[in-house]
Amino acid sequence: MDNESAGFGAKDRETEHMSSDNQQPFVTDSSNVATDTREARLAGQDDRFNSRLREAFGSSPFILTKFDKFMNWVRGSSMFMLQFGIACCSIEMMHTYAVKHDLDRFGAGVPRASPRQADVIIIPGTIVSKFAPRMKRVYDQMPEPKFVIGMGSCTISGGPFQEGYNVVKGAEEVIPVDIHVPGCPPRPEALIYGVAKLQERISNGESAPVVVKPYELEQFGDLERDEIVDQLSKEIDTEDLVMRYNWADSP
Amino acid sequence: MSVELPDTTGVAEQSPEEIADLLGDLVIGREEHLNAPGFVIKPDTVVETLKRLRDDAGFDHLSCVTAQEYEDRFESIYHLTKFDDRTQEVSIVVPADKENPVSQSANEVFRTADWHEREAYDLVGINYDEHPDHRRILLPETWQGHPLGKDYDQDQPQVVPLREHQNPLLEDQQADNQSETMYLNIGPHHPATHGVLHIKAVLDGEQVVDLEPDIGYLHRCEEQMCQSSTYRYQIMPYPDRWDYISAGLLNEWAYARVAEDMADIEVPEYAQIIRTMGAELCRMAAHFLALGTFALDIYGDFTALFMYSIRDREKVQNILEDLTGQRLMFNYFRLGGVVWDLPEPREDFFENVRDFLDELPTALEEYHDMMTSNEILQMRTVGTGVLPPEVAKSYGATGPVARGSGVDYDLRRDDPYGYYENLDWDVVTEDGCDNYSRLLVRMREVEQSAKIVEQCIDLLEDWPEDERNIQANVPRTIKPDDDTEIYRAVEGAKGELGIYMRADGTEKPARFKIRSPCFSNLQTLPEMSNGEYVPDAIASLGSLDIVLGEVDR
Repeated sequence: MDNESAGFGAKDRETEHMSSDNQQPFVTDSSNVATDTREARLAGQDDRFNSRLREAFGSSPFILTKFDKFMNWVRGSSMFMLQFGIACCSIEMMHTYAVKHDLDRFGAGVPRASPRQADVIIIPGTIVSKFAPRMKRVYDQMPEPKFVIGMGSCTISGGPFQEGYNVVKGAEEVIPVDIHVPGCPPRPEALIYGVAKLQERISNGESAPVVVKPYELEQFGDLERDEIVDQLSKEIDTEDLVMRYNWADSP
Repeated sequence: MSVELPDTTGVAEQSPEEIADLLGDLVIGREEHLNAPGFVIKPDTVVETLKRLRDDAGFDHLSCVTAQEYEDRFESIYHLTKFDDRTQEVSIVVPADKENPVSQSANEVFRTADWHEREAYDLVGINYDEHPDHRRILLPETWQGHPLGKDYDQDQPQVVPLREHQNPLLEDQQADNQSETMYLNIGPHHPATHGVLHIKAVLDGEQVVDLEPDIGYLHRCEEQMCQSSTYRYQIMPYPDRWDYISAGLLNEWAYARVAEDMADIEVPEYAQIIRTMGAELCRMAAHFLALGTFALDIYGDFTALFMYSIRDREKVQNILEDLTGQRLMFNYFRLGGVVWDLPEPREDFFENVRDFLDELPTALEEYHDMMTSNEILQMRTVGTGVLPPEVAKSYGATGPVARGSGVDYDLRRDDPYGYYENLDWDVVTEDGCDNYSRLLVRMREVEQSAKIVEQCIDLLEDWPEDERNIQANVPRTIKPDDDTEIYRAVEGAKGELGIYMRADGTEKPARFKIRSPCFSNLQTLPEMSNGEYVPDAIASLGSLDIVLGEVDR
């Protein structure tokens, strides 16, 4: 059988060659198609190409869908994470990427070192005043569309450090977050569940609503004049980017 | 069956009176701390006092600098001890004026004072005279106020700039047009910095001319958190989050030890053995990650070695999870013991641990095959990042970093606690002083930890059932007497992890200061990297094995 089909193949190529010689490149003789191979496939003897999907579609390898729906499915199925470690949760995040839990099984396990190549950022840890502007900058450098997973209690509210003088009360003060994974730290299984949920949301075309965050990067000159701005006016140029924390207004 | 004690014959032991005689007129008062005699001196005689203690009495280790504010004064405490005999300690107390707190810097005598005093200025607000680089270290440079001072308003707004950093050598360069340097930011978000560390590097070609670690990107107010929590239960979860590379139990022990000594709590022997076993399992997990990330730094190997180390960490974490109920943040120690006994059935637990220990030699051989005997790794690490022992001591480096420079210093042996002195194990040292030695020290320490765990398992297995006392009888609230002060340290995964506490008669500490080993170890990075190539600087950083949670606290 194998030998025969190979023979047919050789014959096909020969026919093609001849037809190109005849300056009729697009004309094929359908009776000369490798019918045996096709029959073997459809009869189930050779199931190399016959996935469940193929079975559902019949012999025609086409599906009709909306382009944005297709793109959402692609985005959800192949996510490039940013290699971004902050605190304790990043240890569990490393375990999630590595053996045993292996996040790559879900199409989301290739950490990229540069934000310009990544489309998901996992925020694994406490955000403090000195780091928030830098994190905002890293987030801004990621290309659209981008998604954010907040890992651990610190990114929800500041967690155990919420009352600290230096701690930003949750990642959502600075950037929009799509999925919160609670825990201190969440187990790798919990992070995987969060990633799977995010994939589900992405393929459904959902993402976090865009709202103005309490803490934004702005030029020092644009800040409202008050006591602290006056005090700092000698130290900071008006063009310098700054982040202003109003601790009293924080939740 | 006991650990070999260090040779302390050459170290003279001084009584408090002898130290008082040595310091003579410099002493203006005496204090009694639980761990050491305290001598009060004038703020302008710091250098002279410390020099005399270092050169004439052998106090060559400035372990920690604590700063605090009282109602009527500021105070810096220099906790001194000896690398050759850790049990000898002395506290130098330097009061400073309430209105204009100025104190002399100890930087001339101990290089490690540089960062410690910057931190004291940053958080408490004491100014250090003659300090070479007097500015904030943990908080942004535009921060207003000193948060651990008494009159700090936590609700006031703050402005934090995000601006380009300046090349510190730019002016020199413009002066003579011969050399040309390049300024390079590494971090705070960079795979090689092991967290949110920012390194300001100035390069001449491929060589590092000037390198400055910029920390504070994970300063989450651990000291403030502990100062607003009660001794009995509330503080214990926080130490887990200082050195979070699974070293939780080691950190918890630091707090347990200091609080137990302060409140005079005796821990049952059975609980001490469980603690020792748990702590050594944590040390192994922490060292595994150090190996994995070091390999990642050296040859960007995200596949084999990193995965191997994670594989072995998973095994340790499974055992720790059985023991404590948690993978990472254990919260397992209690003052006076541990929270619960070994998991039932005990035989299964012992079998799991034994299985892990049996597989360990094979796993370590694998590491040796792929790391230490790998020619590429040897080329990258042997002879690079050299840290001479004298420099290491001056910077207060401890743990595997000091032991990789041949400094025979390990608190488990030198200032015994727990059950270590009854067990048979060795302190590992290497004389190479380079990145390779520090790697070797960690790998050999894993073997020693395994040896300790094995002995603990044997002891626990044979322990009579009716004597399994896991917790001493500890009162519900602990209120140490007013003005009790103590500084105690344990051997954490990265080195000497110390805590200073001062009680004020309430159930919360008035001052809680953490002496982090990584903080001191990281200070040696410029010393190791200046003049070396960039990749060697990265290797040196990897070999220091820092955790930013502990550096910034």
